Amino acid sequence: MNDLQKLHGALDHTGGDALLQALRGGATRRDLLAMLMGGGMQLALATGLSATALSAHAQTPRRGGRIRVAGATAAISDTLDPAKMANQTDYSRGTMLYNGLTALDGSLTPQPALAESFTTKDARVWVFKLRKGVTFHDGKALQPADVVFSLMRHKDPATASKAKALADQFESVAATGPDEVTVTLAAANADLPVVLGTFNFLIVKAGTTDFNAGIGTGPFKLKEFKPGVRSVAVRNDAYWKPGKPYLDEIEFVGIADDGARVNALLSGGMDLVAAVNPRTVERIKGTPGFGIFVTQSGQYSDLIMRKDVGPGANPDFVLAMKYLMDREQMRKSIALGHATVGNDQPIDPSNRFYFSGLPPRPFDLDKAKFHLGKANLGSAKVPIVTSPVAMYSVEMALVMQQAAQRIGLNLEVKRMPSDGYWSNHWLNSPVGFGNVNPRPSADTLLTQFFKSDAAWNGSRWKNPKFDQLLVAARTETDVARRKQMYADMQVLISQEAGVGIPLFLASLDAHSTKLKGLSPIPLGGLMGYSFAEHVWLEA
Amino acid sequence: MNALILRLLVNRVALALLSLLVVSAVVFAITAVLPGDAAEAQLGQDATPESLAALRHQMGLDVPALERYFSWLRGMVTGAPGTSVVTGMPVGDMIASRLPNSLVLAGLTTLLAVPLALALGIASAVWRGSWFDRLVSSSAVAVVSVPEFLVATLAVLVFAVQLRWLPALSSGGVDSGASLADMLRAFAMPVLSLCCVTMAQMMRMTRAAVVDQLKAPYIEMVLLKGASPARMVLAHALPNAVGPIANAVALSLSYLLGGVIIVETIFNYPGIASLMVDGVAQRDMPLVQTCAMLFCAVYLLLVTLADLCSIVANPRLRHR
Repeated sequence: MNDLQKLHGALDHTGGDALLQALRGGATRRDLLAMLMGGGMQLALATGLSATALSAHAQTPRRGGRIRVAGATAAISDTLDPAKMANQTDYSRGTMLYNGLTALDGSLTPQPALAESFTTKDARVWVFKLRKGVTFHDGKALQPADVVFSLMRHKDPATASKAKALADQFESVAATGPDEVTVTLAAANADLPVVLGTFNFLIVKAGTTDFNAGIGTGPFKLKEFKPGVRSVAVRNDAYWKPGKPYLDEIEFVGIADDGARVNALLSGGMDLVAAVNPRTVERIKGTPGFGIFVTQSGQYSDLIMRKDVGPGANPDFVLAMKYLMDREQMRKSIALGHATVGNDQPIDPSNRFYFSGLPPRPFDLDKAKFHLGKANLGSAKVPIVTSPVAMYSVEMALVMQQAAQRIGLNLEVKRMPSDGYWSNHWLNSPVGFGNVNPRPSADTLLTQFFKSDAAWNGSRWKNPKFDQLLVAARTETDVARRKQMYADMQVLISQEAGVGIPLFLASLDAHSTKLKGLSPIPLGGLMGYSFAEHVWLEA
Repeated sequence: MNALILRLLVNRVALALLSLLVVSAVVFAITAVLPGDAAEAQLGQDATPESLAALRHQMGLDVPALERYFSWLRGMVTGAPGTSVVTGMPVGDMIASRLPNSLVLAGLTTLLAVPLALALGIASAVWRGSWFDRLVSSSAVAVVSVPEFLVATLAVLVFAVQLRWLPALSSGGVDSGASLADMLRAFAMPVLSLCCVTMAQMMRMTRAAVVDQLKAPYIEMVLLKGASPARMVLAHALPNAVGPIANAVALSLSYLLGGVIIVETIFNYPGIASLMVDGVAQRDMPLVQTCAMLFCAVYLLLVTLADLCSIVANPRLRHR
């Protein structure tokens, strides 16, 4: 919803246009109050309204300009093939060149993109109406055949698609009209529009085999692409979103070295750099002309206690460990404040299905001691497996170790090398840390990490009631009822699963303060990697 | 003299070919025992047995290892090093896009480091024991003991971030549109960092070799017949010292192609060392092997050149 729609909604008459005009013309909050009070409006509304409108006044985007952006990875495997896109560098280029049928907004709710609308009755058969008049960069019009090709190619093993597991639910994708595509799923999934808003499902031209030309419908056209080095994209004047994009040109490079990335920004060589270390935040903020862009997302590092072997088999041990986490201290001293405290529920506050009614689990040594006593483990050492590759896990384990000493529990922190951690230690250790990247939907996350038969169900937590709720929520198209189901699932996980989630971590990007228009999309940093069409450069 | 050089060259070429063959086999064997292959590296956490099999077939990884090695070797002998299993691009093209960058960086460093190192080395040999010699020698030890990442990072902090004289990244230096001034600015810091690493060894070797000669009895004879000090050093002592100096220079220069990964990383410079490291990370065997061949060949070439230099420069060897 844009500012104007908000105003119309708020005022419920068409005077909103005049009001917004007045504000853009520079009316102060006091003037506005007078106007609204004169019209019999309430103070509370006026305050909220002036905030909205004033932000509109300050943020009239300027057209033109060239920016240089650095992602955190660069490799010869950099690709413009949506099926193979695997990291933020690929995703960022993908959203410059292509569009999806849908796009995810700041609460990860799917919004229409190349599909003008999407409808379903049973969450199994979905009808997507394609936007008219959209053309690819080479002038060809977007047709249902392109969508059918773009979605179905993921099912072919020869494509080696990253999204094959997700695409396997497509029973058929068919053109059912001149600008209509019908997707039939093997089983109902109310989150299909979310899935189709992710990077691997960006729409390409039917029959494409060589993706290095980057022909899509997106806001920018490819001018140069050297895998592992850089890409240059120029404005697509025929873009279907009116007025967008704002920039003339974007150069995107990958700089793997943290320090080099920040230095490139501070020396004026870059306008936006991804994934900066929390420890460099103060340095960047302290340099005039630069700022930090924080995206609070669903990324978390979790303590996994297996329920089938080791001490985690005893529910009291699991509870004791959850009470042992000094989450506030971890947030302050480990993440340096760039995190929100987690409550052992895997859905984070930025998600539309976050359940806020769960009472926060405090750092409580007495309760930890009580449950530890009930677990009756004796004086044996409990090893916790950690690795720098599971972000902050070593530090978190050390904080827990300190607390555990105070109640007579001997935690032994085992620090493993990054190489091979995921295949050798993650999911195998009785007690150890993992790391989960933001997922586009609650369903994806819960299905991958908490369903009884999930491959990545690290704690081997099996709960038939949870599984039923998960499947039921997938087919439920009423958002309020879905929200309740997800709330129930979050309560179950928080109380029973062998997973402790102390923090949700923020993604930090750094930028020149001349770069405007950044707002978080919690799919990851760089506006969920789709900054290209949203940002603009101050004169 | 010609016979000597010819015999050396024939020997060297035969040995080089043998070395390259052995190196290629060793590199192949080592990469074969690395955990995972290109298909696993590409699919990562999303790998399923089915997609792995399909991708392996697509990449040609389902044929036996030995067969892959020999088909690569056949291609290499006929001048076609195959295609990258990750990008599907010809390996030759990938190397061709990076090698010139590395050669430019190595060339600029050589142009600066070698004359400077030789001059300083000879000067401190002539004035050995003086404050000049002590200053140069101790600063050489100091510079070579500081790791290059520290030198490079400090240079970036001072010249790029604080003073803003130079760009923090050097990739701009090889853009097609870069002017000479842009190039010089972009290359200033990487060349400086590499000079720090390579110069000290060459300089100290030069000093030692020349000092060695200056102590020899024939130098006394040269002085007695009344030659100037410059003539004494340059025409008499230096030619006899060229052998070890040329070898030290060759060793340092061979490092400039494949060993500069740290400098390439810090300045985000698209050179061939990072291409090979990338290849290893992605398990792209044809690429890794071709790079290894290239580095090995360059090393052998430089060492052979160094030996030739010492023969040609040394009157006793030359006139035999």
